Amino acid sequence: MSISRRILMMTSLMAGAAFMAGPVAAQDPVRIAIVAKSLGNGFFEAAARGAEEAAKEVGNAEIIYTGPTSTTAEGQIEVINSLIAQRVDAIAISANDPDAVVPALKKAMQRGITVVSWDSGVAPEGREMHLAPSSDALIGQTIIKLAADHLPEGGKVAVLSATSTSTNQNIWIAEMKKVMDQYPDIELVATVYGDDLADKSYRETQGLLQSYPDLDAIIAPTSVGIVAAAQAVQDAGKAGQVNVTGIGLPSEMAGAVENGVSQSFAIWNPVDLGYATTMLAYNLATDQATAEPGAEIAMGRLGTATLDDDNQAAMSEPFTYDASNIEEFKDIF
Amino acid sequence: MSLAPPTPTHAPPAGRKLPNRLNGRSARVLKSWEVLLAVIAVAIFFANTWASPYFLDPWNLSDATFNFTEKAMIAFAMALLIISGEIDLSVAGIIALASTAMGWAVQYGAGTGELVAIGVGVGAICGAFNGVLVTRFGLPSIVVTIGTMSLFRGISYIVLGDQAFNGYPESFAFFGRGYVFWVISFELVLFAVFALIYALVLHGTNFGRHIYAIGNNPTAATFSGIRVERVKMALFLLTGLMSGIAAVCLTARLGSTRPSIAFGWELEIVTMVVLGGVSILGGAGSILGVVIAALIMGMVTFGLGLLNVPGIVMSIFIGGLLIGVIALPRMVQLLRKGRLT
Repeated sequence: MSISRRILMMTSLMAGAAFMAGPVAAQDPVRIAIVAKSLGNGFFEAAARGAEEAAKEVGNAEIIYTGPTSTTAEGQIEVINSLIAQRVDAIAISANDPDAVVPALKKAMQRGITVVSWDSGVAPEGREMHLAPSSDALIGQTIIKLAADHLPEGGKVAVLSATSTSTNQNIWIAEMKKVMDQYPDIELVATVYGDDLADKSYRETQGLLQSYPDLDAIIAPTSVGIVAAAQAVQDAGKAGQVNVTGIGLPSEMAGAVENGVSQSFAIWNPVDLGYATTMLAYNLATDQATAEPGAEIAMGRLGTATLDDDNQAAMSEPFTYDASNIEEFKDIF
Repeated sequence: MSLAPPTPTHAPPAGRKLPNRLNGRSARVLKSWEVLLAVIAVAIFFANTWASPYFLDPWNLSDATFNFTEKAMIAFAMALLIISGEIDLSVAGIIALASTAMGWAVQYGAGTGELVAIGVGVGAICGAFNGVLVTRFGLPSIVVTIGTMSLFRGISYIVLGDQAFNGYPESFAFFGRGYVFWVISFELVLFAVFALIYALVLHGTNFGRHIYAIGNNPTAATFSGIRVERVKMALFLLTGLMSGIAAVCLTARLGSTRPSIAFGWELEIVTMVVLGGVSILGGAGSILGVVIAALIMGMVTFGLGLLNVPGIVMSIFIGGLLIGVIALPRMVQLLRKGRLT
């Protein structure tokens, strides 16, 4: 049965190709579908804006921004099926379920569609490559740099993490420690755990402020912790004295930046992510690049993406948000 | 269309087939309803063909059937339940719980046969639970099933959190991704078989007649010797069972279980049933109408998807269609009586 199905699929593909060959000219735009986890989410709307920017830059690309109304795998499968039916040239998806969308995406690849995943990845057999917004090493390097940039004469910093068993945070802190020797005047005095709970993070920050009255910065590589730490520093009247930085969401951190509690913090930039994904999808769909381990694929103004053994790449170090750009991004995500 | 002017009503000749409702005119309206739906379905088919060059392709149409097959299986049982005057809003919750149970069993090495048994079994148990609450305790079904909707899905959320169950066996995938012949998927065949079975049960058996009788007047039905509670219990069990079967198909198709699975399906299923001409007040409706309504909803979703219309606009379109189709015959009726000028 599967063989006869394959033959039928081949014939229908050939019939489709014959049908396409007539009216289609070489100048037809490359149609790239950006599939969001769900529509109406500011993060993905921003990524779509980046995708449009990339399409404008390459000239002959057309962006189809789409996605289900709720973040379900079955909703995304319906979307993928309609994209396959339209014979788009590329599908770039942020998956609601890394496994459930694989059969539909495999079918897309069998029919000659370039499939890449971005933000939230798809299992390797269901995509040609995955673009992660950043890598553990880049995040670790960024969080210490954020603190050091505002301490030119050195100083004492502490880390407020999530739980002591949080895989992501532990890796980021380990990566941070690897590059600490580049900042000889910065002293890491303590690492405390707020368990990603607002009230516990707040109390742990209060403890830090009491134990180390001359503390200069708190690094919180967690979006829950950074908000709680900023609140605790402000309530202690130490705004401007202790800089709260790390990984956070612009919408939640806008107040802290405006009050001067946080000089800057970082997280990936969705506009850049949409832009880079579109560039990669365009280059793969037009056969200017091949997704294979070790390949270097151009991402326009963001340089090149280098694929690892699983055909994954990291876009860049997290994007820094401060008083100069927080207004623009706080409404996005 | 057969919205024909009413012929003068005479006493039906002896030996005539009993209508689904004792009122002759509504039987005719019901008949014309299916004709109206069929006309709309054909119109949507041609509109889609005209709007997108990709619509008329056997494989594309085959892919699109997955938009409605699983929902329609539940809609058949739901139609019977609504005709009897009850409703089950927990069907999507049952899918989530049945799928979670299957995913849990996979972690302990369950094979394909056991998985199907577990999925269908959990569905049936959930349906029976609803049935007992409604028939034994005399609670209103809309309240009971709003409660169990959260209860069933809530258990899935407790078990899974933000995790997923996967690792389903290869052979299990056939129920969701298998093809019986050419573009005809297993799910499509299942849909057709269930449509036939439900049409036969509703329109050709005593059980079916009892459902109409209960929906029209439960007190009269009781005095006519129909075991109202028992029929209702059977219908809740059946709806749970069908939700379990749909859970097997959907889980096999996705190959993974998340607690958000089938989120929001209950309203799409009820929409399908009501669009199919089943009276939400009970007592009237046909399986043919539900089948056409399923095709309409599938085609609208797929057709608008081909034009990359966002899902929210699709919901608006389906909602408008529902109100339009329900309002139209009523307006014609009022016009004829001269109340609306």
